[in-house]
Amino acid sequence: MSAVVKHRLFWPLVVLLALILLNTVSRPSFVSITVHDGRLYGSLIDVLRNSAPLMLVALGMTLVIATRGIDLSVGAIMAVSGAVALTIIQDSGDAANPAVLAVAIGTAVGAGLVCGLWNGFLVAVLGIQPIIATLVLMLAGRGIALLITGGFITTINSDPYKFMAQGYVLGLPFAFYVSLAAIAVVALVERRTALGMLTEAVGINPEASRLAGVRARGIIWGAYAASGLLAGFAGILYSSNIMAADANAAGLYIELDAILAVVLGGTSLAGGTFSIAGTVVGVFTIQTLKSTITFLGVPPAVTPVFMAAVVVVVVLVQSRRFRRWVGLLAASLRARSPRRPDRAEVAS
Amino acid sequence: MTTTQTAPARQARVAGSRRRFMTRHASWIPVFAAAAILVAMVVGAQLYFGHFLTPRLVSSILLDNSYLLILAVGMTFVILTGGIDLSVGAVMSFTGMMGASLLRAGLPSSVTAPTMLAAGALIGLGIGVLVQYFDVQPFIASLAGMFLARGLGFVVSLESIKVTDSSILWLQGTRLHIGGSGWYVTPTGILALLVVAAGALLLAYTRFGRTVYAVGGNEQSARLMGLPVARTKLLAYVVSGTCAGLAGVVFTAYTGAAYPLNGIGTELDTIAAVVIGGTLLTGGSGFVVGSMIGVLVYGMIKTVINFLGVDQSWTRITIGALLLVFVVVQRVIVARSARRR
Amino acid sequence: MDDAVPLVQVTGATVRFRSDTALDDVDFRMFAGEVHSLMGENGAGKSTLIKALTGALPLDAGVVTLAGESVRFATPHDAQRAGIGTVYQEIDLLPNLTVAENIALGREPRGRLGAIDWPAMRRLAGEALADLGLDVDPASVLGAHPLAVQQLVAIARALRADVKVLVLDEPTSSLDLDEVAELFRVIRELKARGVAILFVSHFLDQVYEICDRITVLRNGRLVGEYLTTELLRIDLVQKMLGRSAAALSERTHADGLDDPDASVTLSARGVTVLPGIADADLDLAEGEVLGIAGLLGSGRSELARALTGVDRLEAGVIRVDGREAHLSSPRRAMAVGVVYSSENRRTEGLIAELSVLENITLALQAQRGMLRRIRSARQRELAASWVEALDIRPADIDRPVGSLSGGNQQKVLLARLLALSPRVIVLDEPTRGIDVGAKVEIQNLVGELADNGLSVVFISAELEEVLRVGTRVAILQNGRVVDVVPSEGLTSDALLALVARPDEDDGNDA
Repeated sequence: MSAVVKHRLFWPLVVLLALILLNTVSRPSFVSITVHDGRLYGSLIDVLRNSAPLMLVALGMTLVIATRGIDLSVGAIMAVSGAVALTIIQDSGDAANPAVLAVAIGTAVGAGLVCGLWNGFLVAVLGIQPIIATLVLMLAGRGIALLITGGFITTINSDPYKFMAQGYVLGLPFAFYVSLAAIAVVALVERRTALGMLTEAVGINPEASRLAGVRARGIIWGAYAASGLLAGFAGILYSSNIMAADANAAGLYIELDAILAVVLGGTSLAGGTFSIAGTVVGVFTIQTLKSTITFLGVPPAVTPVFMAAVVVVVVLVQSRRFRRWVGLLAASLRARSPRRPDRAEVAS
Repeated sequence: MTTTQTAPARQARVAGSRRRFMTRHASWIPVFAAAAILVAMVVGAQLYFGHFLTPRLVSSILLDNSYLLILAVGMTFVILTGGIDLSVGAVMSFTGMMGASLLRAGLPSSVTAPTMLAAGALIGLGIGVLVQYFDVQPFIASLAGMFLARGLGFVVSLESIKVTDSSILWLQGTRLHIGGSGWYVTPTGILALLVVAAGALLLAYTRFGRTVYAVGGNEQSARLMGLPVARTKLLAYVVSGTCAGLAGVVFTAYTGAAYPLNGIGTELDTIAAVVIGGTLLTGGSGFVVGSMIGVLVYGMIKTVINFLGVDQSWTRITIGALLLVFVVVQRVIVARSARRR
Repeated sequence: MDDAVPLVQVTGATVRFRSDTALDDVDFRMFAGEVHSLMGENGAGKSTLIKALTGALPLDAGVVTLAGESVRFATPHDAQRAGIGTVYQEIDLLPNLTVAENIALGREPRGRLGAIDWPAMRRLAGEALADLGLDVDPASVLGAHPLAVQQLVAIARALRADVKVLVLDEPTSSLDLDEVAELFRVIRELKARGVAILFVSHFLDQVYEICDRITVLRNGRLVGEYLTTELLRIDLVQKMLGRSAAALSERTHADGLDDPDASVTLSARGVTVLPGIADADLDLAEGEVLGIAGLLGSGRSELARALTGVDRLEAGVIRVDGREAHLSSPRRAMAVGVVYSSENRRTEGLIAELSVLENITLALQAQRGMLRRIRSARQRELAASWVEALDIRPADIDRPVGSLSGGNQQKVLLARLLALSPRVIVLDEPTRGIDVGAKVEIQNLVGELADNGLSVVFISAELEEVLRVGTRVAILQNGRVVDVVPSEGLTSDALLALVARPDEDDGNDA
């Protein structure tokens, strides 16, 4: 039993299940899944679909955080990616042509990769602090996206493009499959190759890793590149959802949600050992939380207050001092309440 | 007069005094660099546009960026301790909303304004407690503060609230003309400058201020030296929060209304201004005056972009690029001095 | 020297950490105006006693009296207020603030309205510095000065607080000869003023130069207190080690390097990495153990790092098997078979949170690249075989390596390096902080490796060890290899003399 409790997925799963439970209690329809036209519908399905962009970004963020870094620019990269894709589609005049779409998506994701490589260069080669290095792109990125769209919100009309965020395959949302694919690829690369272990080594002790011959620079650079690439894909999904490239709104605050998801999943911000599964649980938790808040009738703008509460609770639970304080409090309460002494205690 | 004999001695003296200057004032060099950039920008703009440097324009730079100046002073305290405060934009917006709604409810500004400051201070205190007593990373703790403030702003009202209180509007609306040729300053500008002065004096002349530097330099050593580390770190965030509250007053006066979506991204502008102004993100080095120069650089960039008539989005790009240049140069200097030791 | 009443008296000091007894009924005393040295191997209880004296650790049993009164320190602040000042090896000052602030902060002079009076503070600091005969600009930033000066500023700060007892913890580790002389001048000055000084250092010659009294600890127990003038060096070492020095040389030397045909595996010419190493030359033959001896600051670790690609060369050529090798990174060095074991085992060697298995396979995996992952079964097999070969205890390869003892940690690090099948292995202080039994194990292991054809560079601060392990000894001074001598027949005193011999061209160094 204690082994189960100590497993690092335990608390994240407990939180997620508690959240789902709470939702189900207040509205039983939360867990109901209906089938319509061969497609599954329901709140849970919505969570699976809507969490896709966050899932992609959070996966990349996990890798970056594992190297003791952080990537604040993912939202801006999403904006750039969406802007590039939609501008190409719009300029081509042939919005439904799969070839055009392929080029657009490819270029957009490529732009995301380039952004990630840029970030990686600043951090791994120039040695700039990750917060500041990615802050630069966070500031400049949206401006660049705006320039690409010429200051407007570019819209397009394209059924194939819309399919990505809103379409279904085998009854489940296509976006969910994108999530699954990303999770599978990242997990495979990290655990089937030596990359995962080497990344953890670099995150825990970069200097010792360097002396052991680990290519720290390459690993760190790669983490940011992966983050940028995944953010590029996320940008495509987001723009597919609203069928527009909104440079200001795309991925707004998603970096914060992603960081929160990673932390919720048990990966420490200090770097080192990381958990892909934990991040997945964290993403679903956040998405469910957002869904809960919307259902409660709270205006989505006020959602941040609840996010703040969640952040505080999570970090307090992770804080050793808080746990000690709670332990002391519990101990003092126990001491104060009079109770009949155990026979065992009396005997000793 | 044998110049050959006195020259080496004088050279030695010059070299000695230059060395003494370096060992005494090395941390001012990034500030000088920022000032140099500011001057270069001003001169360049004047040459390019011809009629750039008018008293009206210069005065308006201060007027338009008073809120940012106040925020930057608070942020400097936090960054000097090695921390960061991502909540300032949201707190500024929230206190503005709170103040506007209180004014609308009929409370006088003499009560509302202090309440706004108190609200900011309270949020800052919360963040400080998380950082100091629960070992939460400043990034996360201030993130929580930002979420909280942003959401609370919407709780007050989902739409903007106009401010009609005369005393608040007086802060921004009044122009006190200096000299004759068009120089002017507003009460908000004076307020901002006072905050800068107060911040500078606090940092230079009080134990609290020196402890701020100490914590940023080496927290462990500061504690061993008997300095009040915990209290100081806490206070730094309170200062930042209070400044955010004050910035809320100023910004509300500036726009004449409170809007819950105000200040999105302002914390980044603030951090950029502080870093450009020569404060090291690692803590322990930097000056409020430098942050002021950083804000002026920011204001200049915005104004130049306006003049050029290009897309507003270039402002952010330029700030980002400038920030990058500064950070890279800071990094090179640090790396080189570390190698020399 | 005041023989009357000791200023500090510790009786029956006992400190227990769970099952470990760090200090067992230790008596200790200090007299005013005396320099007292605390000696003992790593793990003898020195730092525990110091922590108890300075309030960083509570005593489980025992009494401490200061100036006749019994005291109990709950925090270092209490000790400071009572007049016990400490200067640690890692200078606990603020490098980003001025010298004046570092001396006065916490007790700074105030002027009008309670604001700090800067001129007064600078003046006070200037006086404190002049008092010690130091020529330092109070308004300069502390970080701009070398470590030696920072240390003296730390002493000045301690003095301002009116100390009666000054504890100096390894004060000379990072100082050169001139800086040590300056420090000793200051210490003598303080002696004359009646301050009691506790001088903790592993440099025997310095202890003999400056200290009046020596207390020896071993395994947490008091061995004895002696006057320096009455204790022979050889006796001191014996008391510290607990066995006669002769009995330790049980290792058999392999047939030494008198064979001129033995091929040179690694050769270094003109290696320069400023500021530590300047123009060093070295030859390492196959199957030989080359010891490196030199005082601290002579460039031992710097040489090791230069030879193995950890630090980039500013000048010089390194050849492996006759071919020039550009060792631009540890990775490159490992590719040609040159590996390095850092003296900072915990911070630069092992990755404490990872398991024994992961630590052992790390370098090998890194070398193969991330795509060619070693299969789990093979990894476990590899790790288990090394654990057995090197007798690593406990034999659990999934344990986090941070939970192992120092000796076993060093073995894990060795396993990692040996798994790469290197040609040359550079060991920097491999037996530091390890108990004597494990020390001998590792020394014997080094011999075996050499017998199997591996070339070893062995760096140690303990001259006896260098002699025991190495077939030849290279003597390092001021970043240069001044001599290479065969270890056969050389006594540690003779080696000491060679190492401590002043450098012939010492005219330019000021």
